[in-house]
Amino acid sequence: MESVIDSVIDIRGLGLTFERDGRRTEVLRELDLAIPRGGFVAIVGASGVGKSTLLRVLIGLAKASAGNVSIATRSAARQPVALVFQDSRLLPWRRVVDNVAFGLEGSGLSKIERRARAVEALRIVGLADLAGRWPYQLSGGQRQRVSLARALAVEPEVLLMDEPFSALDAISREGLQDELTRIWQQTGKTILFVTHDIEEATYLADRVVVLAGSPGRAVMDRTIEALRPRRRDDPAEAGLVADIRRHLGQAG
Amino acid sequence: MAVTQTTDVPASSAPGRARMSALGSIGLGAAGLLVFLLIWQAVPTFGLVNPMMLPGPLAIPTAFRSELNSGMWLKAVTGSLSHYGIGLVVGAALGVAVGVLTGMSRVAEDLTSWVVRLLRPIPGLAWAPFAIIWFGVTPKAAVFIIAISVFWIVFFAAHGAVRGVDRDLLEVAEAFGFRSPLEKLFKIYLPAAMPGILVGLRTALGQAWMAVVAAEIFGVPGLGNRMIEASSLLATDIVVVYMLTMAALYGILDSLFLVAQNWLLRWKA
Repeated sequence: MESVIDSVIDIRGLGLTFERDGRRTEVLRELDLAIPRGGFVAIVGASGVGKSTLLRVLIGLAKASAGNVSIATRSAARQPVALVFQDSRLLPWRRVVDNVAFGLEGSGLSKIERRARAVEALRIVGLADLAGRWPYQLSGGQRQRVSLARALAVEPEVLLMDEPFSALDAISREGLQDELTRIWQQTGKTILFVTHDIEEATYLADRVVVLAGSPGRAVMDRTIEALRPRRRDDPAEAGLVADIRRHLGQAG
Repeated sequence: MAVTQTTDVPASSAPGRARMSALGSIGLGAAGLLVFLLIWQAVPTFGLVNPMMLPGPLAIPTAFRSELNSGMWLKAVTGSLSHYGIGLVVGAALGVAVGVLTGMSRVAEDLTSWVVRLLRPIPGLAWAPFAIIWFGVTPKAAVFIIAISVFWIVFFAAHGAVRGVDRDLLEVAEAFGFRSPLEKLFKIYLPAAMPGILVGLRTALGQAWMAVVAAEIFGVPGLGNRMIEASSLLATDIVVVYMLTMAALYGILDSLFLVAQNWLLRWKA
């Protein structure tokens, strides 16, 4: 049955095999996934199941061995997808504003326009005041916000996020989760969010895909109906959380 | 009363104590220098050594003034600084270029590895015969020797620094669409390798002075040459003038370099 929804990312039969030191490792096999425009999809899975690899394929850092990926862009954006790394990976020799403007440097915008766009992106994540700081002067949570602003600044169709909050303390993490929900609602971006934290996935996303097994496959795909703003310990979601845990456990 | 004292005293005196100890080190340093100068002066004054063999510090200002008035001092300093500067720039530029290239490209590294192993152990000064054959006893020969001495230091520093660049940062460039070697060079490799390259340059700054003196002892006009001229006339006070001149010039250049380095690396915690 053909899907009628407008999907921005369409992954068909994706397979990925690494070859290292003569040994072949199959990371992903026969993965099908359609991400609807404006959706917030969380991909949950244990470490090593190929979640990050999937994002690397989508951003072009790794090449698929089988299947194909199509990204349908509507705008003339130079970059249809942007990635937020797990560790912020700010360039330490650039001030905050120049880190955020980094991705715009090949865009043909003037330096003044790039700065203006960067400051705007910083405003979205609430850090416009820190534009002139160096990365070493920021806290972990602030660095991750700057990293998010850097991805937002290129105005991508899709925001790929690779366990972006997993290295943060609980308070910063929860703050950033709420911030991300607000940004998603405000900008209407499509978000593909990879995490190993089930509660995080069910709190944030409107759809959860569970990757499990070796090679990794999608073993569960569920829409989350809960209205927003959501509660972190919503008893209505306890069943879903247990279900996801069961699927993760089964495959392991 | 007793309580306020115990909380007040350490809080207010800690910076004060630090300042005192900083003053103390400066004072000790000055005292040490004074003792050194006294001993130095005592040696010729009390006839332990013939003043012709070792002039005391009190003889130096007079010698300095005569060199300054005759115009020899300025001529020697500008001569030395010019081939020092040119040699340093040429050697450092080539060192950075080749070091970065071999650091970025495995092929370039493999291609040069045996040549490097062959040429690297040859001291810069061992090139003096060729320098003189090719360029004669001219400032060009000095530039050549200085550039070679500087090249290796900067080459290894740049090569190592580029090889050590964090792969994660290169991925950031790729993820944002900067995939050509030239884009990666300017956006990631050069700024990320800058601290290591600067360490090499600072070492080269000192090394180049040794090469200056050595090249000039072969006869190229400059500080080293003027020293040799003075020593052949047993004008040892003038020799000391130029030794101190070198120390002062090096000190000034190194301080200027440190200022520039601190500015360039102001992004470091």
